[in-house]
Amino acid sequence: MSEILQESNFFAVMLTIFSYETALLLKRKWDSPLCNPILLAVVQVIIITKLVGISNENYQNGAGYLEYFLTPATVCLAVPLYDQLKILKRDMVGILAGVLCGTATSLGVIVLLAVLFKLDHTLYVSLLPKSITTAMGLALSESSGGIAGVTTAAIIVTGILGSLLGTSICKLLKINHPIAYGVAFGTASHVIGTAKASEQSQLAGAVSSLSLVVAGIVTAVVFPMLSSLH
Amino acid sequence: MKYLKQFCILLFFSFAGEMIHHVVPLPVPAAIYGLLLLFIALCTRILHRDSVREICDFFIVIMPVMFVAPAVNLVDYWGGITPNLGQITLLIVTTTLGTFAVSGTVTQVIIRYRERRKNRNERDIARK
Repeated sequence: MSEILQESNFFAVMLTIFSYETALLLKRKWDSPLCNPILLAVVQVIIITKLVGISNENYQNGAGYLEYFLTPATVCLAVPLYDQLKILKRDMVGILAGVLCGTATSLGVIVLLAVLFKLDHTLYVSLLPKSITTAMGLALSESSGGIAGVTTAAIIVTGILGSLLGTSICKLLKINHPIAYGVAFGTASHVIGTAKASEQSQLAGAVSSLSLVVAGIVTAVVFPMLSSLH
Repeated sequence: MKYLKQFCILLFFSFAGEMIHHVVPLPVPAAIYGLLLLFIALCTRILHRDSVREICDFFIVIMPVMFVAPAVNLVDYWGGITPNLGQITLLIVTTTLGTFAVSGTVTQVIIRYRERRKNRNERDIARK
């Protein structure tokens, strides 16, 4: 049985979507910030693959078909951006200021903590681009000799953490304007945050996609300078 | 047929992004180039919003599903992180929360300030 599942082209994708749908059901039942659909789905997939004896490698081979759609899905974010263009233009100063300050905070705190913890250079450059989208962060990290695995892990944990705690932080700090909400999600937790912000409103989603693009570009520009700092 | 056509348009922009990514030596992923190209095409009215409406709405809603497998993959990366696990966790949590708080607050303060100023100006004009 396990062999059939290992070799199946469809089981991994089916399991992923099934786990996500179950997670959505749970979220509808208990509306707690801990009921994050991605997190719940991940836990469920890990448990089920362990139970039926599928290795992570085999699961990834099958589920990789879903990742194929990640690029077209990111391209789609242009549409809410276009729909909200008027509002984005009106509040461009606020959006850009928020993204710039947020990116500066992210990079600044990493430099500070890396020095404080005496992290070695490889680990430092692997963590530096953790707040931007995976493909961009990975390219930057590798250009300075970072470890791809650590960068990917840090980026994904950052994304999930943002989508897990973001709503609570916004409530705590009374960040309730949809534009500020979108800037926070896009700047702090890239595409995963944007997927979460889009749940709140189309405007928040659009602002979040704009923020993730700007944050990515700013990080890419200052990265060479910062990577030689520590 | 409508959906197939929309999907084809979307793949065209993904492909165009991929081409630019191959040619331009910058660490910008194909998806971001594709996003900018589609945005420009919509703004310049080369492409009508309706030509990609349903497919884009669909992909944006199902996007979180695509992050499940990469997150499950973290199981394999554990080895590279464990020696510094505590420090790295602290670093990720602090920066993520800090970035959230700073970016959101800065934007909200500026927007609210501009709204107040605009309202005051409108009141002044009305009074005159």
